[in-house]
Amino acid sequence: MKDSGPLGRKTVIRWGTLLKALLGALWLSFLFLPFKGIRATVTFFCIILISLLLWRMLLKCRGTLSVILPVLRPPVWFSQRQMHLIVLLSFISAMAIPFFAGDYFLDIAILAGIYIILALGLNVVVGFAGLLNLGFAAFYAIGAYAYALLHTKLGFGFWTAMPASLVLTTLSGFLLAIPALRLRGDYLAIVTLGFGEITRLILNNWDSLTQGPNGISGIGRPEILSFPLNTLASFYYLVACCVIFTIFIIKRVHASRIGRAWIALREDEIASSVMGIHTTAYKLYAFAFGAFWAGLAGSLFTAKMQFVSPESFTFMESVLIICMVILGGLGSIPGVVIGALILVILPEMLREVQLYRMLALGSGLVLLMIFRPQGLLGGKGVSLRG
Amino acid sequence: MINGLTLGSVYALIALGYSMVYGILELINFAHGEIYMLGAYFGIIFFGLFTAIGLTAFSLPLALLLTLVLSVIFCASYGFTIEKIAYKPLRNAPRLSPLISAIGVSIFLQNFVMLTQGATDKVFPSLFGTAGFQFMSVQMTYLQLSIILISGILMVSLRFFVRKTRMGKAMRAVAQDKVMASLLGINIDTVISVTFLIGSGLAAIAGLMVAMYYGLVNYSIGYIAGIKAFSAAVLGGIGSIRGAMFGGILLGLVESLGGSYISSEYKDAYAFILLIIVLLVKPGGIFGKAELEKV
Repeated sequence: MKDSGPLGRKTVIRWGTLLKALLGALWLSFLFLPFKGIRATVTFFCIILISLLLWRMLLKCRGTLSVILPVLRPPVWFSQRQMHLIVLLSFISAMAIPFFAGDYFLDIAILAGIYIILALGLNVVVGFAGLLNLGFAAFYAIGAYAYALLHTKLGFGFWTAMPASLVLTTLSGFLLAIPALRLRGDYLAIVTLGFGEITRLILNNWDSLTQGPNGISGIGRPEILSFPLNTLASFYYLVACCVIFTIFIIKRVHASRIGRAWIALREDEIASSVMGIHTTAYKLYAFAFGAFWAGLAGSLFTAKMQFVSPESFTFMESVLIICMVILGGLGSIPGVVIGALILVILPEMLREVQLYRMLALGSGLVLLMIFRPQGLLGGKGVSLRG
Repeated sequence: MINGLTLGSVYALIALGYSMVYGILELINFAHGEIYMLGAYFGIIFFGLFTAIGLTAFSLPLALLLTLVLSVIFCASYGFTIEKIAYKPLRNAPRLSPLISAIGVSIFLQNFVMLTQGATDKVFPSLFGTAGFQFMSVQMTYLQLSIILISGILMVSLRFFVRKTRMGKAMRAVAQDKVMASLLGINIDTVISVTFLIGSGLAAIAGLMVAMYYGLVNYSIGYIAGIKAFSAAVLGGIGSIRGAMFGGILLGLVESLGGSYISSEYKDAYAFILLIIVLLVKPGGIFGKAELEKV
């Protein structure tokens, strides 16, 4: 535009802006027209026009806005001591939840814990090693079903079934990784997606073993030293312990030789192989290590629900876990934890507008990618490579 | 067998859209399957409208033709808009970003259609019934024949378009090297827009034909058809038009033959198994050439 000199920018609404918004709204309403007829389209047009105008105004005063909204600002880095304090406080408040929260809230908290483990596991594969896995729900499903089957068919208890299911899931991670390692980027994504679908189809159709779409029910509660975890609160503590264990181990591995090798792999595969990193082996580790956590989450999920069915492990589940990782920030452990918390708690708070939830998730993903591709707490050095 | 051929030509039409977009942007356009689903829905909506105002009773071919034209126009507009909103700002972003954005668009469109059109199956009126003919012991309905013929004509004309016209040449140039093409005076934005318009138009035709063929449309058909069509595109060698045609038809045949001879429960899994095998044995696809990695 010609008149966008330093003076022109100060006025918030100008004719060019208005015209652009008008055209955009007209175009979008044209696209909307076949679905709901003329009357709804007129309403739609007004809504879109107003929101587009607001949007343009917001973009104009982005400078002032970034002072108000911390999201638009680069993340503040806390000092070491402040960080410790924050971790300690959140730990204490997490431990205190069962004392004042009702069953409903505890339920959500347990679910959030399970998703934190899942998201952290996927973060190892996508965030650390940079391998996009669109079928992560498959490992989750394998973990859950392995636990359920060992428990119901072979009579394993919690403390034997869970390790066994972890081993099985890790093995399946290896199994997928072997063919997948020859592929890169988008192809890898599509093969993992295919793996997820195949797993779900097998679970759905192998009636004699998995009871098909009906799922497996009647799974007992876990017990510690023959003391059953009957209440939600005790189960909450079990999940909380697992979450802390997960965070601790992943943090240590991240800082280790293997973790650094993954980061190098993600940043530049050729350069890292020149530096003597065995790329194939480390990709294999990443897949198996990520799958391990999915197995843990799966076992906990089954033990909590006392029921599994293939419905819980669709492609949308994989996408949801990816959203958690990306929202929080690829490769950042606190970020992923926050991302998982947000995506579990927010939909619960928005129960009334449940129908629009997925709509918001879809458009949210697009907006996130456009305006803040590194996520809420993503580090500067993280690049999203295929 | 004929069923597989029909299905295969529909997959091939969708696969062409994937292949063209991937060839130019190196992006798996997850929303492409939803465009196909939208095409099926537009077909039902417009055909219902024409029936309501009595055009269908007046002249069935005219109503069908208008439905086709309108669905293509609307789907092409959707494809165009999606590219402008969700992919264009990410043109220079790392490769994962547009992919995730595409998944977002796909989720959005699916739920948008579910909200506005309801979650139940929509019915496309059966127009031709099962009337057919027999040709050398092969039973075939007219609808199947016309689907195969229309797809064939479209694919041949697309090939002609890409090979012979100025815009086709520009498309091939952009696919080879974007920077070089823009240095030579090709408007990349226009080329990409045209690619999306053509791809979405083809998907719309595929969607309409499937709606007529099966008679039932659901908001979730786009996802699985999209994934299968992408597999078909990879199967034939992504970025190659001949490959997409061949891959689509092969996939359709495998699916229908496997469904009738091995097990119909795992029908949806064949596409993925085939895809994984092809990627392992010949990563470039059947007609593709292996890409050398540039450092």
